[in-house]
Amino acid sequence: VSATETTDVLVVGSGFGGAIPAYNLAAAGAKVVVLERGPELSTEEFEHSLRIGSYTRIVDLITGQGIQVVAGNCVGGSSVVYFAASLRAPSYVFERRGSTGRRLWPSTITRSVLDPWYDRVEETLPVAQQGWDDVPYPGGLFAAACRNAGHTCNPVPVAVDLSSCTNCNWMLSGCRFGAKRSMLLNYLPAARAHGADVRPLHEVQLISKAVTPGYRYQVAYTTVDPHDYRVPTGGGVIEAKILVLAAGTMSTPVILRRSAATLSKVPHAVGKFFSPNGDRVSMALMNEPAIASVLGLHRTASDPYRALPIGKPIGSMSYDYLDAARPEFERFGLQQIYFPPITNILPEDGTPAQPQWFGVDKKLMSARWTSWLTLLAMTEDDNEGVFGIPPPTGNFVRAASSASLSSLRFKPTANTLRGWAASDAALAQIVEKDGLGTHLAWVGGEPTLSAHPLSSCRMGDDPALSALDARHELRGSPCLFVTDGSCVPTSLTVNPSLTIAALAERASAGILQRARDMGLDVLTSVPPPGG
Amino acid sequence: VLNRPISRRAVLQLVAVAVATVPVIVEAIPAGAADGNVDRITMEAWGDTIVPGEKRTAADRAIAGACAGPGAVQAGVWELMNDPDVGLAPVLPGLVVLLNTAAAEYALRHHVRLDPTLPPFVALPFPHRTAVALELLNPRRADQLLWYALAAMGMLAFHTAAQLDTAPAVRAGHPGLAWIGFPMPDADGLWRFPDFSYRLPLADLHPATTPTGNPP
Repeated sequence: VSATETTDVLVVGSGFGGAIPAYNLAAAGAKVVVLERGPELSTEEFEHSLRIGSYTRIVDLITGQGIQVVAGNCVGGSSVVYFAASLRAPSYVFERRGSTGRRLWPSTITRSVLDPWYDRVEETLPVAQQGWDDVPYPGGLFAAACRNAGHTCNPVPVAVDLSSCTNCNWMLSGCRFGAKRSMLLNYLPAARAHGADVRPLHEVQLISKAVTPGYRYQVAYTTVDPHDYRVPTGGGVIEAKILVLAAGTMSTPVILRRSAATLSKVPHAVGKFFSPNGDRVSMALMNEPAIASVLGLHRTASDPYRALPIGKPIGSMSYDYLDAARPEFERFGLQQIYFPPITNILPEDGTPAQPQWFGVDKKLMSARWTSWLTLLAMTEDDNEGVFGIPPPTGNFVRAASSASLSSLRFKPTANTLRGWAASDAALAQIVEKDGLGTHLAWVGGEPTLSAHPLSSCRMGDDPALSALDARHELRGSPCLFVTDGSCVPTSLTVNPSLTIAALAERASAGILQRARDMGLDVLTSVPPPGG
Repeated sequence: VLNRPISRRAVLQLVAVAVATVPVIVEAIPAGAADGNVDRITMEAWGDTIVPGEKRTAADRAIAGACAGPGAVQAGVWELMNDPDVGLAPVLPGLVVLLNTAAAEYALRHHVRLDPTLPPFVALPFPHRTAVALELLNPRRADQLLWYALAAMGMLAFHTAAQLDTAPAVRAGHPGLAWIGFPMPDADGLWRFPDFSYRLPLADLHPATTPTGNPP
C-alpha cells in the first residue's frame, strides 16, 4: 500500500492567478505543489515563427459557439503570451451592476482597496511607463489620429523592460529576449526559491474529498505527452489542505463542474456569467498620403506609416470613454493593438459585395497589410457567456495542435451590442476623420474574439450571482480558493492582467490567514519577490 | 443559401449522393491528368477560392486565374493541409467528397454545365466556386466549422506560411509573406526594430491620468 502524495497547498495553474499565490504561500513557509497542464519553455525556446507547431505549443485557440478565445498553455500561463499592457481598472468598474440592478463586485472591493495590491504587482513585475519615445509607430499613429479627432490618448503602461525590448512584435510567441515580465521572470522563480514544486504537463481532471486525515481535497491529474497534449502518459493524485484553483477562465469552471458529484455540489454560478471583457476587435485600413498631409507624420522619406508589424503590440490607448459619468454599457477603452497575420482571416475586405472576408478583394486589401492599424475596444458586456457540459477529460476538446472546441456559448445581449455599436462609432470617428482611413469590422470568424476571458467562476456578495465569496473561497467548499481570471466579476474596460494579479495578491493574504487558522505554521505576511 | 441548421435528413441525403457519385467522378478523371490526384486538385481549387492567384501554367485547372499575383496554391496550401501538426490530413478525402458533391449539386441547381473530366468543384468557374464556398461557410450550417477550418488553411498558408519556419520562408521570398510585406529578420533569424517610434508627443494625455499612468 503506497501512501497518497500530500502537500499543504496545491495550486492548479501557473499563470498570474497561480504563480502569485504559489509564491506567497511558499515564501510564508507552506509546502506548495503547482500543477500546470502546459509545457515549460526557456527563453531560448521561444521561437520567432508562425509555423503551426511552434507558437501553438504554448497558445490555445478555443472555439465555442459565437466566440473564440485565445489563452496561454504553458508554465507561466497567459503571462507568457500576453501583450503586457498593465492597467488598473477604472473606479466605476467596481460599482458595476450590469443588468442585475445589484452591485456585482463584493462590497469590500473597490479601486482604492485594490490600489495597494496594484502597487505591489507593479513593483514586482515591474511595470514600466512608456513615454512617447517608447511608443511604436502604430501607437503613435493612433495617438495622432485621436488628437486630430479631438481626443486625448495615453501611452500604455507595460510590463516590459524597455531597455532590452527589441520591439520585435513576437509577444504571442513568448519573449525571446527576456524583456517581457511574465511570471517566468518574477513570481515563479521566487516561488521555486522557496521550495515550490512546479510540474509541467500535468492536467488536472477531478477534485474529490481527501481520504488522508487532516487533508481536505484530493486532486486527480493525468500527465500528457509533450508533443501531443491529447495523449496521456500517466497520472496520479495529490491531497492538499488548501487548494488554489487557477487553471484559467476557460478551464477552472470545467474542472469544478466535472467535480460536482465528487465535491457534493458546486455553486450554480460556476460556468455561468462568462465575460469576454467586452473585447471588440476591428481595424482601420490607413490612407498613407493622408497620414502625411493631415497628421504630418513621416516614418521614412517615402513612407508616412507602413509599420503595422513594428513594435510592441500595444502602444497607446484613449481613456476618453472610461468616463464614470457615461451610462453603463457605454464606457470603453480604445486601444491600438497588433496581431500577427494568423488573424488575417478575420477582417472584412472593405467592399460591399460578397464574399466579405475571402477572395479577390481580401487579397488585394492584404497587399496593404503594413498600412493596417488594428484596434481593440474593451467594453462593458453583460456576462452572458455560459459553459455547457464538461468534456470527459481536459478543459475542452483538443481537435488538433492548438485548435480546441469548448462548450462555451456567447450570444451578446442588447446591452453588449449597444456598447459595441458605441465603440465602433467612436473608433470610426477617430480613424476616418479627414480621410485618414477606413474602419473595417472583423467578421471572418465567430462573432466574438476575446484574448481576455473572465468571470466564469466569479466572486460577489450574492450567492445567486457569484460562485466565490469576497475571499475567493468557493461557496460550500472551505479552503478551495479560485484566483484566476474566472474570479473577476465583470469586464474591466481595460486589459485585465494587472487586475487579475492584484486580486491574486489580495487573495493570497486571505489564504495565508486561513492557513494559520487551520494550524499551518506560516508567516502572516511576506515581502514581494525580491523585496 | 441555407438559412436554417442543416437537418439530419439532409446530411444523410448528402452522404448518399456523395457515395453514389464519387466513383463516377474518380473514374472519369484520366490518370495523370490535371495536376495529379483528385484530392489535391480539389483542395487546391478550394484554396484558390479563398486566396485567388494566377495560373502556374496555361493548363492549370486547380487555379481559376481570378487574380494576378500569387495565391494560396503558390503559398503551399496543399502542403499545409497535409502537415502532421495541423491534423487535418485524415479527414481531407472525406472533405474532398463533400466539396465535390456540394459543387455537383450546386451545378445542377444553377444549370452550370461541368467538364466531366474534372472534379465538379474544379470544373466550376470561379464565381460559382465562390458561391459554393459561401454556402458551405454559412454560419448556420451544422458543419460550418469544418469548412471554416479548411478556409483557414488557405489564409494561413498565404498570410503566415504556416507549414514553414518564418525566417527562412520570408528570406526565400514566400509568395504570401512577400505579398503582405512581412518584414525581413536579422541574420540570426530573429526580428528587431531599432527604429520603431515617431518619438513625438502625438496626443495630449487624459487630464485625470494618475501618477502611474492609469485611468482614475
